[in-house]
Amino acid sequence: MKKGLIAAFFIWICFLLQSTVFQSLSFNGIVPDLMIIVTASYGFMEGEDRGIIVGLFCGLLCDIFFGEVIGFYALILMYIGYLNGKFSGGFYPDDIKLPMILIILSDFTYCVTCYVFQFMLRGKLNFPYYFSQIIIPEVIYTTVATIGLYPLILLADVGIKKKEKRGGRNFV
Amino acid sequence: MSPVVKRKGEKFTIPSKYLLFVLTLMCTVTMLMTFSTDIFNKPLNTVVGYLIVPFQKGISSVGGWFSTRAEELKEIRALKEENEELKKQVADLLAENIELQQGKYELNQLQALYEMDEQYSGYEKTGARIIARDAGNWYHSFTIDKGSNDGIEVDMNVMADGGLVGRVYSVGPNWAKVVSIINDNTNVSGKILATGDNLIVSGDLELMQKNLISFSQLLDSDGVVTNGDKIVTSDISDKYLPGILIGYINEINIDSNKLTKSGTVTPAVDFEHLSEVLVIMQLKQTVEE
Repeated sequence: MKKGLIAAFFIWICFLLQSTVFQSLSFNGIVPDLMIIVTASYGFMEGEDRGIIVGLFCGLLCDIFFGEVIGFYALILMYIGYLNGKFSGGFYPDDIKLPMILIILSDFTYCVTCYVFQFMLRGKLNFPYYFSQIIIPEVIYTTVATIGLYPLILLADVGIKKKEKRGGRNFV
Repeated sequence: MSPVVKRKGEKFTIPSKYLLFVLTLMCTVTMLMTFSTDIFNKPLNTVVGYLIVPFQKGISSVGGWFSTRAEELKEIRALKEENEELKKQVADLLAENIELQQGKYELNQLQALYEMDEQYSGYEKTGARIIARDAGNWYHSFTIDKGSNDGIEVDMNVMADGGLVGRVYSVGPNWAKVVSIINDNTNVSGKILATGDNLIVSGDLELMQKNLISFSQLLDSDGVVTNGDKIVTSDISDKYLPGILIGYINEINIDSNKLTKSGTVTPAVDFEHLSEVLVIMQLKQTVEE
């Protein structure tokens, strides 16, 4: 319950920040994708189920505000959460390498999927341009944003887990 | 003991594969449903209208305060130079104004003659503030802080700086989503003001970063259209009111079919620094089917 509320809080605050503050911090019109960071983090920290749910809600917000149809971003982010959940077995809170690599891969996958479904299928085939001007800058900027945001998500998650453990011990 | 029987204290869980499968189906169904209808728009837009929009308004008004202070400092120097320039312009414009007044007098007479009422100048408008922009990097849409409670409806035209910004795409009770004309999948039917030739103005992500939009299918059989010509929305557009300035021609190329021309347009609006827009409270009249 508590975990759910904290996850909801992170989704809420990240969406607010991304659609307002980060728009004015954009470099050359490119903004980082915080929804990817939240979805991927919950995927590999908490496992497949939580990844799916967090991804679904992140995507739904994007769909309602900025999508043409409801469900497109939700579907992509849901799968990203699920695939990240596959790596939850190899996740240790002290290790920063795996989370970084996973978030970069997730953002990359997300961008390419968006390009394929929204641009390539409409006959916009100049992939090198979109790759160098949109995808690469977004991945780099998202990586930078990860360094700031990921520790906060981790801290909240580890804090709750510790509390739960302590509570369990007291019981015995 | 059979594996189906639950032990005490064990939570009931669904394997994530099934969860994923069910939610995938759900998303696909909603995608198909919202592709042609807008049944979910009303409830969902109302919910986020309470959960998200008030906070976006707050954050952007605070952010707006800071950025205006910073800009004010930067602008003082530029303003001095501009003032000099403007003074010169005022003199020029005064002369021009007298000429135009004469022209307007003539026009009024002619309009009365043809019983043409003032069509374009009397649109009722309402101002709105931009509170959030598209979260991704692929499209250019934004939300404004007025919605159906303020009388805004889908397909109303949005202007700023005297030029066309876009149109309202969906409305919530206290917010509305606006898709701009530089958006990659937007097309506007326009015409050259001087010659009346029709053309299609379409947004393009590749050109968006250079602050340009592209146009195509310009016939111009006489070859008189030149760089800098004004483009306005045409009379035959079914979403946009006629006679709103879109921009100025930046470059013209002849297509490979040797019949039509295409090129780029400099939009009249500075999309990078939009913060307030005007919504025209009138919808384009369409023929009922």
